[in-house]
Amino acid sequence: MPKTFLIDTTRCTACRGCQLACKEWHDLPANETKQRGSHQNPPDLNPNNLKIVRFHEYLDTKGDVVWNFFPDQCRHCLIPVCKDVADMAVPGAMIRDPKTGAVLTTEKTAELAPEDARAVIDACPYNIPRLDPKTKRLTKCDMCIDRVSVGMQPICVKTCPTGTMVFGEREEVLPVALKRLEKIKTRFPKAFLADMRDVSVIYLLADDKEHYYEYAAFL
Amino acid sequence: MTNHWIDIKNSDAVLIIGSNAAEHHPVAFKWIMQAKDNGATLMHVDPKFSRTSARCDFHVPLRSGTDIPFLGGMLNYILENELYFKDYVANYTNAAFVVGKDYDFKDGLFSGYDPATRKYDKSKWAMETGPDGGPVIDPTLQNERCVINLMRRHYSRYTLTNVSDVTGISEENLLKVYEIFCATGKPDKAGTILYALGWTQHTVGVQNIRTSALIQLLLGNIGVAGGGINALRGEPNVQGSTDHALLYHILPGYNAMPSAPWQTLAQYRKANTPATTLKNSVNWWSNRPKYVVSLLKGWFGDEATQENDFCYELLPKIEPGEDYSYMYVMDKMYHGKIRGGFIFGVNPMNSFSNTNKMRAALDKLDWLVCSELHNSETTDNWKRPGVDPKTKKTEVFLLPSAHRIEKEGTISNSGRWLQWFDQAVQPAGEARNFADIYVPLFNTIRALYKAEGGAFPEPILKMHWTDKFVADEWVRRINGFFWADSKVGGKTYKRGQLVPTFGALKDDGSTSSLNWIYTGSYTEEEGNKSKRRNSSQTPMQAAIGLYPNWSWCWPVNRRILYNRASVDLNGKPFNPKKAVIAWENGKWAGDVPDGPWPPMADRENGKLPFIMMKDGHGNFYGPGPADGPFPEHYEPAETPLARHPFSSQISSPVYKYHTSDMDQIAAPADPRYPYVLTTYSLTEHWCGGGETRNVPNLLETEPQLYVEMSHQLAGEKGITNGDGVIVESPRGRVEAIAMVTVRIRPFTIMGKTVHLVGMPFAYGWTTPKCGDSTNRLTVGAYDPNTTIPESKACCVNLYKADKLTEIG
Repeated sequence: MPKTFLIDTTRCTACRGCQLACKEWHDLPANETKQRGSHQNPPDLNPNNLKIVRFHEYLDTKGDVVWNFFPDQCRHCLIPVCKDVADMAVPGAMIRDPKTGAVLTTEKTAELAPEDARAVIDACPYNIPRLDPKTKRLTKCDMCIDRVSVGMQPICVKTCPTGTMVFGEREEVLPVALKRLEKIKTRFPKAFLADMRDVSVIYLLADDKEHYYEYAAFL
Repeated sequence: MTNHWIDIKNSDAVLIIGSNAAEHHPVAFKWIMQAKDNGATLMHVDPKFSRTSARCDFHVPLRSGTDIPFLGGMLNYILENELYFKDYVANYTNAAFVVGKDYDFKDGLFSGYDPATRKYDKSKWAMETGPDGGPVIDPTLQNERCVINLMRRHYSRYTLTNVSDVTGISEENLLKVYEIFCATGKPDKAGTILYALGWTQHTVGVQNIRTSALIQLLLGNIGVAGGGINALRGEPNVQGSTDHALLYHILPGYNAMPSAPWQTLAQYRKANTPATTLKNSVNWWSNRPKYVVSLLKGWFGDEATQENDFCYELLPKIEPGEDYSYMYVMDKMYHGKIRGGFIFGVNPMNSFSNTNKMRAALDKLDWLVCSELHNSETTDNWKRPGVDPKTKKTEVFLLPSAHRIEKEGTISNSGRWLQWFDQAVQPAGEARNFADIYVPLFNTIRALYKAEGGAFPEPILKMHWTDKFVADEWVRRINGFFWADSKVGGKTYKRGQLVPTFGALKDDGSTSSLNWIYTGSYTEEEGNKSKRRNSSQTPMQAAIGLYPNWSWCWPVNRRILYNRASVDLNGKPFNPKKAVIAWENGKWAGDVPDGPWPPMADRENGKLPFIMMKDGHGNFYGPGPADGPFPEHYEPAETPLARHPFSSQISSPVYKYHTSDMDQIAAPADPRYPYVLTTYSLTEHWCGGGETRNVPNLLETEPQLYVEMSHQLAGEKGITNGDGVIVESPRGRVEAIAMVTVRIRPFTIMGKTVHLVGMPFAYGWTTPKCGDSTNRLTVGAYDPNTTIPESKACCVNLYKADKLTEIG
């Protein structure tokens, strides 16, 4: 059974502890960013930010403000399309760790032709992988495989102060997710667990996916 | 905090007002989330919809500077609908006390006002006294001058219409909050109020907080689990620095600052030691002489003797009515009356209001000593943009400072817990912690005084000081020692041993303590209790998340203050499921009670719960504050309104301000400055950003100064999201990037549209192209009690920028 994350967005305060901790653990340098009229910064995933919190705000039909936070990261799909596409071009460019279910890019992704790398990116239903122009490798969340393989939690989970993130064996996390959903539904009838059957990173969303991010859910 | 972080989870209604808890206390916010998990309603009342609002059940936008009308409306709602907790109010508060005949209130002014000095004669607000000099109490409440009757009359003016008109909150939303929060007036319900600088940084800052005290006393929410008035402290050790009197106005442990009329210790004691006529009032401050003498003993050691008044004469005395707070210091500096000084642990050239004046003031110094992690707008003021360094005479000594993880010591958190932290790494290079700078400096000065003499060497030479700073030694000194062999409860202590509890402190020179409220934190029996990490608890304590063996909390490890008010006259908890203390088999169980005495039903030995008040009762009517015994609404010093519905007194009649050429304040409803500006911090930066702007990963998340505004205002001004904007006040001009958002909305105030904009103050010019101090806009108008500047509300204009020079 693979490892599974639950990301309960109804508990997220967008403190961005996860976003920062991810950078720190992976020792990634800061980008030079600008204020563009949004708190979402950097504006998108990039080779130096494998996880970012996305912000989305709107007025609902009653005229109340809704501000949704979406800590975006690789879903570590149970059947990763990206890996299949990469394998067709360069076998072993991407792997799925059988023990944890982590979907990982390897140094062989540098051997992918530009159009093949593009195809891998386009194949992802969640718009996750990014091409590092320096190393020519594909980059994305690695589930903190170095930590997880020695029994530690991914750094984003470890850092989260509000209980937004839960990490563990799939059979342990699924019941927690379903229980949380049941409770949340009393307040947010539209709430759902995004693509629960297909992914290892399950988002609990309280609102339509468009009100988080266009790629927040596939189905 | 009256309570503590974990205790918030016990609340049935959490009112977050004047605080952006989720953004500024992102880790502690989990306890607020737990309250919600347990069924509490979370409400956020704040000018802007923030990350806190997003996690609350609902957000209610209020115009900055109108918290008193909002809360005054709640008081009126409670009193008119008799929603208050009647037994609690009758037994534990001064509702039935009779106010003296000189008290009056007319058209926004209390009796005793002198317009020439902008001060009140507070003696006009005195309570009625009986033949014994004690309070006159009318339990029937028939006397129209009973506190509760005056309070009812005062707040009857805070009608829904008036409150809605001035706050911009719809009547429907007002009622929504009032209904939910006031439902906690029942014995088995509790509501908590969480506030921060959103309340304090106003010309009515103290009264904002006092209004919450009135509400919480009426609803019986003080002393109970899940209740209280909880100041969410920002700086990790701001509680500790308050306790240890970092500011000028008090001595450590909340003792009055010596003043010129009190030249002898006897005079000081007489003026500051209250006496009560009520037999069941503890009147804890009657113990003050023990704490002050022990403090003097801590400072001067064997030099402090009965014969020399324990060296009291060596303490500086302030002039009555003089203000020595930082805003006055900076004003003196601006007028060339200060030649040099030390600025440690603060970045005034970014964080103080009316920063342009601050920067000009600092130019007047001949010399300046700073100790910092990074160069700051203060250390580098002499070469700020737009000035020629050659014209600046100040010689700056910049000492490299250790980071907080590079030292060991204690931090007192919001919940008054004293927590030890270890040194993680050695300071880099030549960096030192402040104590390792100050101790050798003091010793050098001392050696010079010893060798060369001076005008007044005694305070320096007689100080009970140290050669080298060791944190553990000072935690012990703060706790206090015996200076003579003593007996406490049958146990003998030798000279030099630690005092076990403040009950053992004496006013005869046989004990010392650098801060009586911390006595008991480090004992012979249990060692340094700030290091305790033991989660054991009784089932009763477990029911409310109380961990008496984890760290230590002042006073005497009492986790919830005024907890004698959580029980009825027989000592039975009002809410048995969340009992804080309970009288069982002749003794108290649960938290450390406010004193060992039996409950009040014992007419001989029982005691009133509000032990720090002279007469033991919680005070609705408070003749202490400079601006009135009841909180009253006044507009901020700068307001978009020409009038308001409560009186013809627009702004506070007693707020403080300066009158230099750089202290401009716009007149009410000045058409040149039509928009309200409020300022704030944000999760990703630490206060003025002096530290965090130097952390590249943090700067990546929030790189540049922005101004949040509504779509409506942006539309009116032809501004689109991400545009450069110029914001102007009578004091300055600031560049920012427009953040156009639904989270800020126009207010309808007195029938007119009022726009509010918000800006963080975390940016400064020493970080290239990120923008410069927002406080160049904020106003030099101060609360009359604390002199805190009104950083949370002023008036500005703004327009789209043709080009930006501060932001790139």
